[in-house]
Amino acid sequence: MGDPREPCDLPAHEIAARLASGEGSAGQVVESSLARIEAVDGRVRSFLAVTAEQARQRAAEVDRRRVAGETLSAVAGIPLALKDVLATRGIPTTCGSQILRGYVPPYDCTAWARLQAAGSVLVGKTNCDEFAMGSSTENSSFHPTHNPWDLDAVPGGSSGGSAAAVASGQAVWALGTDTGGSVRQPAALCGVVGMKPTYGLVSRYGLIAFASSLDHVGTFTRTVRDAATLLSAIGGHDPRDATSLPGPPPDLAATLEEGVRGLRIGVLEEGFGEGVEPGVRDRIGEAVDRLAALGAEIGEATLPHAGYTLSAYYLIAPAEASSNLARYDGVRYGHRADDPRDVVDMMTRTRGEGFGDEVKRRIMIGTYALSAGYYDAYYGQAQKVRTLIIRDYEEAFGSFDLLLSPTSPTTAFRLGERTDDPMAMYLSDVFTIPANLAGVPAISVPCGVDERGLPVGLQLTGKVLDEATVLRAAHAFEQDLGWTTRPPLLEAAAG
Amino acid sequence: MPVEIDIEHVARLARLALTGEEKERLSRQLPDILSHAAKVGEVAAEDVPPTAYAVPRSNVFRADEPDECLPHDAAMAGAPEVEDHRFRVPRIVEME
Repeated sequence: MGDPREPCDLPAHEIAARLASGEGSAGQVVESSLARIEAVDGRVRSFLAVTAEQARQRAAEVDRRRVAGETLSAVAGIPLALKDVLATRGIPTTCGSQILRGYVPPYDCTAWARLQAAGSVLVGKTNCDEFAMGSSTENSSFHPTHNPWDLDAVPGGSSGGSAAAVASGQAVWALGTDTGGSVRQPAALCGVVGMKPTYGLVSRYGLIAFASSLDHVGTFTRTVRDAATLLSAIGGHDPRDATSLPGPPPDLAATLEEGVRGLRIGVLEEGFGEGVEPGVRDRIGEAVDRLAALGAEIGEATLPHAGYTLSAYYLIAPAEASSNLARYDGVRYGHRADDPRDVVDMMTRTRGEGFGDEVKRRIMIGTYALSAGYYDAYYGQAQKVRTLIIRDYEEAFGSFDLLLSPTSPTTAFRLGERTDDPMAMYLSDVFTIPANLAGVPAISVPCGVDERGLPVGLQLTGKVLDEATVLRAAHAFEQDLGWTTRPPLLEAAAG
Repeated sequence: MPVEIDIEHVARLARLALTGEEKERLSRQLPDILSHAAKVGEVAAEDVPPTAYAVPRSNVFRADEPDECLPHDAAMAGAPEVEDHRFRVPRIVEME
């Protein structure tokens, strides 16, 4: 039997090599991606909008430049999907919310502007939890997304559409956003690589704000090498984002092959506690052994205040959200309630009609936590916990180069299983949230499947701006594991 | 620590219209979530400074150079209601 993989199933670096050698065209690659969308997205439902015509035009442009002998960038001609919280000029951007149904941004987010300039081919905008608030993509006001590994399971969230699109070959890579784990957790649940860089490495300009001090643009790819490539293409200082760090775009692929020999990796004891499924614990244990066999020095590590990070997060994120989402008032864009009595009635009903349950819940929590008399007890205290968790990381990184844990305590859960229990849903981000509070880079890389055949993600966390070490360890692990299992959905399609 | 929340008051502050059913549900869920969140008070001692941004930067300015800006029509294009190139809203100030 031949290789059942279509061009859209290949990692980006292999496609780029084929384009460079003239072995294939960007047109063929984009057609393969669009055909896959046609074949599977009725069941997976990754996309809120497919931009087929624009994608074909952009691919044709890349082919013209290729044939004319131009050297293409590493992202040129590679089918990309963007989470629908990233503003795209002329292409509807909804944040998964009714309040932005039909909204067409007049500008591009910086990440897409950079990729576009480098010849990237956008195939569509992906589904997500409304305003990125959620861990299963079930809070999308449009429709849920299904996990390509099990269509009755969630893809994780909030960037579930991007994760599912990359896992099923509908896009070769994708961007998502990660405020408390919204790139890494769905990457883990869908069996792809998800990377959240250091806070400030990638511009947030045009990332429609949820919680500004925690929001990060992150990548979904099928290999660690592709994560390094995509992150290098979107990273670097942007004068349009005041929190963007100085410095040119990084070259993160340069040190990818240096291996893990001598790297000190701390295994977080919290990662093996209560609530971690046995299937997850087993795969993570094997991953630790594998890294040790590759020459890493393994030790035990802890973040003593990890038990408080969920509490701090569920104050800081809603507080910032309640403030950021004040802009949806029916005046400048988006939904407006009919026949308002006065301007307060207009704003109040516009928001009541336009926002879904989870968004309302968080606006209420945040408004309460910031209101007179409660600010110090809630928001003020949460910001102190943030200081403590940053100190925990500094302490741990005194002894280790990287910290290791599961990405998520469980594999993909059933659709509907946690929708009535916000606290249970929030717990799926218990291992990913600390890195958002501290702004440190972290990756989720597939490390096998559990007894039900669902993917498990290994999380590696590094020091501020030490993406290179995170990627190089993840790459060494990925190469040694050689995991090539594909979602059953694709195996069935290939016959 | 039991948390008491005046849902109507908070909803008014947030300019959020809620149905009776939503108010009922939030009165059950919010105290749960907030009593979990209140755990932050257990560890945050007096001498711990708060952190607003994990990777702090201050006094960030960009060069004061004229650049292309968003055309007026593009900025208005998504507005629910427009009059004379301005956003139209219900009357805010009562006139004589």
